[in-house]
Amino acid sequence: MTTTAGNKEFWFPYIMWWILWAVVHFFLLQAFGVQNKIAFVDALVSNGLLALSGFITFTAFRFYMPGKGNYLYRIIYLIALPAICVFTTKFALQNIFFDNDDYLKFLESSQYPRYVFAFLMIALMGIVSWLRYYMLEQNENKKRKNDAEILLRDAELSNLRQQLQPHFLFNSLNSISALAGSEPEQARKMIQQLSDFLRGTLKKDDTQTVTLQSELEHLQLYLDIEKVRFGHRLVTEIICDDNAKQMFIPPLLLQPVVENAIKFGLYDTLDAVTISILAKASENYLELTISNPFDKATSKANAGTGFGLNSINRRLWLLFGRNDLLQTEQKENIFLTRIKIPQVL
Amino acid sequence: MIKTILIDDEPLARSLVKEYLKSYNNITIVAECGDGFEGVKAIAQHKPDLIFLDIQMPKITGFEMLELIDEPPAVIFTTAFDAFAIKAFEAHAVDYLLKPFSKERFEKAVNKYLSATDKTKTQNATNEILQSTNKHYEEQNRVVVKFGGNIRILNAAEIFYIEAYDDYVKIFTKDDYFLKKKTMSYFEDTLSQNDFLRVHRSYIVQLQQITKIEPFEKGNHVALLKNGKKIPLSRKGYSALKDKLGL
Repeated sequence: MTTTAGNKEFWFPYIMWWILWAVVHFFLLQAFGVQNKIAFVDALVSNGLLALSGFITFTAFRFYMPGKGNYLYRIIYLIALPAICVFTTKFALQNIFFDNDDYLKFLESSQYPRYVFAFLMIALMGIVSWLRYYMLEQNENKKRKNDAEILLRDAELSNLRQQLQPHFLFNSLNSISALAGSEPEQARKMIQQLSDFLRGTLKKDDTQTVTLQSELEHLQLYLDIEKVRFGHRLVTEIICDDNAKQMFIPPLLLQPVVENAIKFGLYDTLDAVTISILAKASENYLELTISNPFDKATSKANAGTGFGLNSINRRLWLLFGRNDLLQTEQKENIFLTRIKIPQVL
Repeated sequence: MIKTILIDDEPLARSLVKEYLKSYNNITIVAECGDGFEGVKAIAQHKPDLIFLDIQMPKITGFEMLELIDEPPAVIFTTAFDAFAIKAFEAHAVDYLLKPFSKERFEKAVNKYLSATDKTKTQNATNEILQSTNKHYEEQNRVVVKFGGNIRILNAAEIFYIEAYDDYVKIFTKDDYFLKKKTMSYFEDTLSQNDFLRVHRSYIVQLQQITKIEPFEKGNHVALLKNGKKIPLSRKGYSALKDKLGL
């Protein structure tokens, strides 16, 4: 919190404000026929004391944030402080100009308007400081809320990222178990691939982006494992132009989409399944198209849903604040998932 | 000799079961299937005593496959991860094996089957699994039916209405109907509550297919469907339907 009392932005306007009122005060007294010298001292003392009271009010309200029921104290404060202020002023001026009877009479008769003025000023200070601190607190709250949201978002992102399908892991381990008996060398290789894949999944940080090339390398590990599981049923092709390879992509975005396509393709048809991944560079975007076969007749109900794509959509929203980056399309017996990754990151 | 069939879409998963079964001289594998369609055929052809069945498979799940078989053999499920299934089986299944499973665990399951003196008992147990798992099943948006020698997967949206028919139900689409050995309350529970409503003791209707509600004799009502078919409404069904449609 910036300290209100104590910085330049506060003091300059504050002092100017009281000088202005002192000048007004001076001319007002002059108009009532008070001598210049006396009017000057009166204006100085009155407004100086008010300025001091105002400052006290600012400080008091700062540490004594209103709002929680203690209105009575505040009202007493706002009535008493101007009274003290006016009385002190009167006392001081009576002592300075003890020999000027006309002025003393005038001083006595002007107590009431002086009090009203002091009250209004101090009430104004009270309101201004209350508003100011209220706003500061609101900003503080907003900032805190914002920070909390960012934290939550990060947590959500990392959650979405690490949504490793348990099916995949356990089935892979089962395959390894099968290979361990018949082809130990293959089993060892698959353990290696699975480890590399899992390590890659764990260490990535969502704040970074990676090149498509490194993401494709990671994907290849995954595809190799899936091919061991599904044998000849699964065929994959990756077409990627050289420009696209150097473009950026949030880590682990592609793999779940491909996983979804594989699941969709393999569980929706009986024949061999070709999953193709096409990457293209366009202006400001990396465009990815993932296609898998599906059966129009039976999967109408599931098309375009499924956890895989929902979480991808959510991630894209959290990262780029856009909902239009993922599109799906059905062409004959092919299901297409199109993703555009903005390159202004 | 005990005949068994392995049904799993992953070749390596089948080869593991095959390897584990080698030490059983009295069990012979008569077929291996990569999906439920093959499974239905192979079971009809070989009439096995025991099957090893995966749940998540192409086209139809292991559960859906079992629904298509009139007298299912004893089943040992082999699955990677299925919390709802586990719960369902705990009471009745011959066994379920969570992938990856050890040889010891596998042998325990097979021995459990072998030691069951009364084989019909295990078959009854399988039927019970089917009944109880369905209760745990989430809302279904499709129904698998047999159609002549073929298998059809009906989307829920295709269904016009379902009619009770002894131990079976008749599932009507626009032009056809299919028999399935299930209860009305099963469909009442598993089809989307938003789209389907039981309007009569013997009828469940898809709300989308209703074009008109007409008065019928003695203060009763009928619902007119898009394909021209009239469905009687019970009093309770009529008021439930009015509620549903916000009348």
